[in-house]
Amino acid sequence: MNISLAAEPVFHIGSFPVTNSLIAAWLSIILLVIITLVLRTKKLKMVPRGLQNVVETIIEFFLGLIDGITQDKKQTSKFFPLVFTFFIFILVSNYLGLFPGFGTIGVYEQLEGSQVLVPFFRSANSDLNVTLALAIVSVFATQIFGILAIGVLKYGKKFLNFSSPFMFFVGILEFISELAKFISFSFRLFGNVFAGEVLLVVISFLIPYIAPVPFYFLELFVGLVQAAIFSLLTIVFLKFASTDIH
Amino acid sequence: MDTEAIKLIAAAAAIAIGGFAPALAIGMLAGKAMESIGRNPEAAGKIQVPMLIAIAFCEAIAIYALVVALILKFV
Repeated sequence: MNISLAAEPVFHIGSFPVTNSLIAAWLSIILLVIITLVLRTKKLKMVPRGLQNVVETIIEFFLGLIDGITQDKKQTSKFFPLVFTFFIFILVSNYLGLFPGFGTIGVYEQLEGSQVLVPFFRSANSDLNVTLALAIVSVFATQIFGILAIGVLKYGKKFLNFSSPFMFFVGILEFISELAKFISFSFRLFGNVFAGEVLLVVISFLIPYIAPVPFYFLELFVGLVQAAIFSLLTIVFLKFASTDIH
Repeated sequence: MDTEAIKLIAAAAAIAIGGFAPALAIGMLAGKAMESIGRNPEAAGKIQVPMLIAIAFCEAIAIYALVVALILKFV
């Protein structure tokens, strides 16, 4: 039973190691691009059918959710692309990671003295690098949207507030809380997906038949919830950043 | 006791103790939300989304504890 915290490199392009989670992330991107291209090349009907209907339902539901948080249709249309991309990328990566073949099909290699199985595919979000990248994009986008919405001076006043020593301290705390968001976003997603993978590996190792089924249901649920939470929290922080507090 | 034994015990203790407070927090959150939905069933939709966000924050702490336990065990 091979459980490795870090993603294992499958091959190298020059001196750049291509890990199995990178390959899985590429797979999710390719899948999403294919679905989008299929939708684009078909003629979009006013009364949707089939794939267009499914996508429109999901998008409408999400728009309603974001509208409920921002209470402002213009802000929703500004925030929607980024947030929805987070949602579908994380959702597709999580669900793709549950497919048969992920984590099981690979080569035996000599790593650190013993023979371990290096799988060709591994759930994209079970690699801290992927989740950290998503967290960095989310937090930096929050800062940029905040500055675009209320201006550099007003946004800077949230962190560097010289009106009184107490407010200065509060500003420092706000800054530290922004830094904590990097860690909280990345580790929440990484912890959930990696722990789910470890759980499935251990259960399948102990009882290969029937017993893993409820755990797969749990993983389906957790995958959806974590994607929703990542995007919901991004939206909430975007809303906070774009609001002038006075 | 040698290092391996201590690491094992530390990993188990990390997740056991670290999972206690988040579980309590999530229980209290969900309890209050159930109560308020019971008082005002029409507001259920408006309560669910903020509740989910607050539960995500609490759960993150448990995930930090889990990651520490995993690092102790596998690194």
